[in-house]
Amino acid sequence: MTASTMAGNPAETGQGYDDDVIRFLVAATMFWGVVGMLAGLVIALQLAYPLLNLDLPWTTFGRLRPVHTSGVIFAFGGNALLATSFYVVQRTCRARLWGGNLAWFVAWGYQTFIVLAASGYVFGITQAKEYAEPEWYTDLWLTVVWVAYLAVFVGTLVRRREPHIYVANWFYLAFIITIAMLHIINNLAVPVSFTGAKSYSAFAGVQDALTQWWYGHNAVGFFLTAGFLGMMYYFIPKQAQRPVYSYRLSIMHFWSLIFIYIWAGPHHLHYTALPDWAQTLGMTFSIMLWMPSWGGMINGLMTLSGAWDKLRTDPILRILVVSVAFYGMATFEGPLMSIKAVNGLSHYTDWTIGHVHSGALGWVGFVTFGAVYYLVPRLWGQPRLYSLKLVNIHFWVATIGIVLYITAMWISGILQGLMWRAYDTLGFLQYSFVETVEAMHPFYVIRALGGGLYLIGAIIMVYNLIQTVRGRQRVEAPIGAPTAAVAAA
Amino acid sequence: MAQPSGNAHFHDRIERNVLLMMVLSLLVVSIGGLVQIVPLFFVESTIEKVEGMRPYTPLELIGRNIYQREGCYLCHSQQIRPFRDEAERYGHYSLAAESMYDHPFQWGSKRTGPDLARVGGKYSDEWHTAHLIDPRSIVPESVMPPYGFLARNGLDDNDIADHLKALRVVGVPYTDEMIAKAGQDVRAQLDPDADNAAFLARYPKAVIRKFDTSNPKMATELDALVAYLQMMGTLVDFTRYDARANQR
Repeated sequence: MTASTMAGNPAETGQGYDDDVIRFLVAATMFWGVVGMLAGLVIALQLAYPLLNLDLPWTTFGRLRPVHTSGVIFAFGGNALLATSFYVVQRTCRARLWGGNLAWFVAWGYQTFIVLAASGYVFGITQAKEYAEPEWYTDLWLTVVWVAYLAVFVGTLVRRREPHIYVANWFYLAFIITIAMLHIINNLAVPVSFTGAKSYSAFAGVQDALTQWWYGHNAVGFFLTAGFLGMMYYFIPKQAQRPVYSYRLSIMHFWSLIFIYIWAGPHHLHYTALPDWAQTLGMTFSIMLWMPSWGGMINGLMTLSGAWDKLRTDPILRILVVSVAFYGMATFEGPLMSIKAVNGLSHYTDWTIGHVHSGALGWVGFVTFGAVYYLVPRLWGQPRLYSLKLVNIHFWVATIGIVLYITAMWISGILQGLMWRAYDTLGFLQYSFVETVEAMHPFYVIRALGGGLYLIGAIIMVYNLIQTVRGRQRVEAPIGAPTAAVAAA
Repeated sequence: MAQPSGNAHFHDRIERNVLLMMVLSLLVVSIGGLVQIVPLFFVESTIEKVEGMRPYTPLELIGRNIYQREGCYLCHSQQIRPFRDEAERYGHYSLAAESMYDHPFQWGSKRTGPDLARVGGKYSDEWHTAHLIDPRSIVPESVMPPYGFLARNGLDDNDIADHLKALRVVGVPYTDEMIAKAGQDVRAQLDPDADNAAFLARYPKAVIRKFDTSNPKMATELDALVAYLQMMGTLVDFTRYDARANQR
């Protein structure tokens, strides 16, 4: 029995899939992507040229940095997760989204959350916990929206017309459940009053620190990894038109990844007042995490078995595959940095920032770009994208941007770490702190350049998508064809 | 595909059952956090009492809230690691007890600027005031944003008693007296000429003076922030601290 023969398949009935809300969420993804990346470029330039803080309360680095981090993680990444999970769950279950307009509540409720959070930061409303900056009322609102999201997703799974739940949905489901757990516990707080914004965290000191990094590292592990692995498991097989490489590897990948990730938080607290046993546990599990991460990477890359030639002619597939390569690189670098001896050098430096961005720009950004390039022609009923050439240009501009960004941060991070611990021949510290700040300047300029290129790539993408939605198709020779054929362009 | 083995067959059941998959996932992701976090509320080294620690004065608390509001934690850590270079640059490594009243903790994750865990008393009020208003007038290579607006903003202490009450709910031992006198304690800490005996009894070792040296007349947000910076890391007397006391 195949599902497509069953009665009531939404692809065959007049009802169809619920794609209006997905179109809205895809547009929101690209809008917030540009906003969040622009905020990142501004704060990168502020570190290179501090005059750009403008001597105004609302434009200082300290207030704009959460606008950037929340903007790219929760607004860009979050909308991408909502959009793709709603798309994937319908197709892989052959069922329309459950709950009718509840999906629209999730979509608009989530945008409200973003606006509440970001406008708060600019006016100085923050819990001062990294990546958990929104204050109590915004947290409560997000909790309501998230429960509705879980209901829509699970409701759709329940009404599926396929016997099995597809692997992409395991990852989406684990992401939704775990983020709910992390969000609620880490944000437990007592408001000063019900009419004011300020609250005090329920935890203090070392307990608060580990709760925060249990949350913070698993915002990476579940928001930026598990959810996006769901994308990998759907869009790479679709774009390559090949089945997932190994079903068994998917099972191993899924359960070991979600079990081990949760333990990795203490590697953010090496050599602090956190007890040694907790630090060692965090380090051990972080190193173990390398295996499921690379198992997942192999599963994604090997899906191209027999279809590698498509990389020459299909820039969308190339973006998706390079995203998985960056995933592999970042998940090798992470365990390396979690080793206490390495962390002693890398912690508190730009190396961490570089590491995060090889994951965020290379993995999360690229897999999202690939998925959105896949989705837009299908969602708006167009035969193809406006221009594959522009996709190719986007790919190269963004890739060069990432390389500039992460190499600048590797050099500045290791340089600063070494300068901090350098001694002269008489046994005195060789550098004052501010000398190490001064040494960062050229790398901050290069980093801003790299980030700027990445933003330009995203703007090229937005142009390409808008033209696609308007029904335009640029006449161009196929990519990878012999050069003589280019004359047509 | 090969015949499913026993394990794959078991997984087949999970893949067909949404509820089972949800329950198992939640179980699997709960274990790590339970094992790592829960003991921290009971292990001696994380809940030890160290002599000298006291809750923040109302003025210091306002200053700490400004520190958070401006996102200082994004560039400054408050956690000194037990390395030779950090000990020489910043002082004794940080103890868990030193952030026992910090809701939230502000250990930070990045040192774009130096660690501040023991910055208290290291520089004068004049230095902090000038540096916060225009960092590059003191340190030309600095990339810190200027915070001149803190010297222009009057100190808002209207609801300070409510802040102390909220902190008491989460475990900071503010007494009824501390809460009742919170408003006047803000002013008391800024006025060395007033009778401060009762204030000092409530908050031992609190420093009483006008902290914002650019504004002799008005109480400003800069007053509170500098008061906070000047007390950081000053409460524990390390000549008397017994590092072995919490070894079991």
